[in-house]
Amino acid sequence: MKVTLFATCLVDMFQSDVGKATVELLERLGCEIDFPQTQVCCGQPAYNSGYVKESKDAMKKMIGTFEHAEYIVCPSGSCAYMFHEYQHVFKGDPIWEPKAKKLAAKTYELTQFIIEVLKVENVGACLEGKATYHTSCHMTRLLGVQKAPMTLLSKVKGLEFVELPGKEQCCGFGGTFSVKMAQISEQMVDEKVRHVEETDAEYVIGADAGCLMNIGGRINRQGKPIKVMHIAEILNSR
Amino acid sequence: MPMKIGNERFGERVEKGINNSFMRGAVAGAQDNIGARRLNAIEELGNWEEWRSHGEEIRQHVLEHLDYYLEQLSDNVAKRGGNVFFAETAEEANEYIKEVVQSKNAQKVVKSKSMVTEEINLNASLEEVGCQVIETDLGEYILQVDDHDPPSHIVAPALHKNKEQVRDVFTKKLGYKKSADPTELAWHAREMLRQDYLTADVGITGCNFAVAETGSFALVTNEGNADLVTSLPKTQITVMGMERLVPTFEELEVLVSMLTRSAVGQKLPSYVTVLTGPREELDVDGPEDFHLVIVDNGRSKILGTEFQSVLQCIRCAACVNACPVYRHVGGHSYGSIYSGPIGAVLSPLLGGYEDYKELPYASTLCGACSEVCPVKIPLHELLHKHRQVIVEKEGKAPVSEKLLMKAFGLGAASPTLYKWGSKIAPTAMNPFTSEDKITKGPGPLKAWTEVRDFPAPNKERFRDWFKNREKGGGTSWPEPSKTEKHF
Ligand code: SF4
Repeated sequence: MKVTLFATCLVDMFQSDVGKATVELLERLGCEIDFPQTQVCCGQPAYNSGYVKESKDAMKKMIGTFEHAEYIVCPSGSCAYMFHEYQHVFKGDPIWEPKAKKLAAKTYELTQFIIEVLKVENVGACLEGKATYHTSCHMTRLLGVQKAPMTLLSKVKGLEFVELPGKEQCCGFGGTFSVKMAQISEQMVDEKVRHVEETDAEYVIGADAGCLMNIGGRINRQGKPIKVMHIAEILNSR
Repeated sequence: MPMKIGNERFGERVEKGINNSFMRGAVAGAQDNIGARRLNAIEELGNWEEWRSHGEEIRQHVLEHLDYYLEQLSDNVAKRGGNVFFAETAEEANEYIKEVVQSKNAQKVVKSKSMVTEEINLNASLEEVGCQVIETDLGEYILQVDDHDPPSHIVAPALHKNKEQVRDVFTKKLGYKKSADPTELAWHAREMLRQDYLTADVGITGCNFAVAETGSFALVTNEGNADLVTSLPKTQITVMGMERLVPTFEELEVLVSMLTRSAVGQKLPSYVTVLTGPREELDVDGPEDFHLVIVDNGRSKILGTEFQSVLQCIRCAACVNACPVYRHVGGHSYGSIYSGPIGAVLSPLLGGYEDYKELPYASTLCGACSEVCPVKIPLHELLHKHRQVIVEKEGKAPVSEKLLMKAFGLGAASPTLYKWGSKIAPTAMNPFTSEDKITKGPGPLKAWTEVRDFPAPNKERFRDWFKNREKGGGTSWPEPSKTEKHF
């Protein structure tokens, strides 16, 4: 199966290990990976801040870049959701709305793709340790992917799973919110880190690079011995 | 209390909220408690999503036919001998109510809880003409006794106070001598209020829902105070926001059930008081004179705009109770009597962007509010729409941000610029980087790195790794389980 990877700018620039794990994992599951070099940012930072006009060019670029793809897979729930949001942005536009709809129909978040399209639950991963999982808001509420990551994690050999208290609460990332409303964001991420600590887990896992950068950044700053991992890395552990 | 509370800047209010550890404990506790109860209450219904769609449908239908139902309501109230006044502004509403009160030579007014009377600042206007106004909802009563402390929650207005604080207020203002036990406190308030009910000349209520078909009003309370406010005084004035209507009792039943489950996780409230006009010949109680004041105060300007759905609101506060931002900053930070997500959407619409321009940004757009809203208002989308209006129409965004976003527009849309930018990033960030992380960032990163580390840009971008690998020169990578942290 041919998969076109939408890596996201955070993964491209800051977390290339997540991208590498995604590629290896999908290849192991029988996919052939293609990464169009013309991909840029999905436009979310500007879009969410209210700069809709400014973000439209980036969106058009992305629609063009992925037009040929059969399946688009993205290791970030929030960015995958953004591809689904394009159709609303271009609503009423005779050229771009149909294109945006097509884009949405073939875009999947990584775990969603593995469960819904590849129909695999056990990817053969194995990792010893106690872990908890942060359900990111955009992936859970807006993209509607709730069970896929849990199903996949439950099959990882050796992994002991503890539910995160207050898991439905946002970690305080919110893109530009984290710098625009830094005081509030700090309180939110602090509570999230406290909840992670309560679980006594060695790993906090997530499927969204933004949230992980936020939670991880705070954990690192506080010098806590908790490892922050992307679910692609967990599923790629053997 | 007008809609706007206090004159501090947004940042100062938030700072105060964050430093108020008692309030934060109370809010977090209440959110967790009510949140769990709400879940139980909606699960009982079995098909909550269908209920939500039905609730949304009812409210949308009413808004689409608002003229029709308002007229039907007015006719029916008039038929039963009530007086109807349509107030376009807060001033008009206050003037009318003042006239009624003065024409009765009223010295004392008792009120049940009503957000719309807070919004129009009715109490102050009545006090100006020498009338004593007494709030009878326990939460509102506490705030009133405490020198008009503003409400911090649309359903539980005194949520920010604990029982010891309430005891202190009662001791200081009412000569209370007993303990901080909530039952004793409530008894005291009850004794004080009992006299007021008996001696009041006018009773003023809000309105949860008006039923157009019959000209009736429903008040949902847990204390039963609305019953007394509406049965003892000779004159009754009901003040309603112009959108708070349902066509018939059938829809009322649906919405009341959704309201109480969403607001406090109850199947039913202790009291649903339904009133229809003044006392009739065979009635044993009820007012002799009834007035309905329908308040517009900016609502009709929202009709027909992209923000219309906000008028679907039934003021259950489920969005407030689910909001992670409200959780940490509390209600007073919003600077409006309407706080939380509904407040962040509604306040700029009713009060203008000048006073409330920060509110739409006080959200991570996490969608928790939209998820719980019983009438499916897409609150996070409306917050996003506000941001768009602020940027595009109001021109209220900071210049530095506009430039940054322009640059973003250019950079993000151009693969060449994007690639170039991301390629030089590690070098550009070098002066700020140590041990693969940035602990003191420049520009917008500064706010981030004050509390968190920021990862240093990868030396080899993912795209370069992929390209090399395609060419057969790909590097291998360590087993993730042994990988050092990258976040
Ligand atoms: S917006 Fe929805 S959830 Fe919030 S108070 Fe109104 S009805 Fe309730």
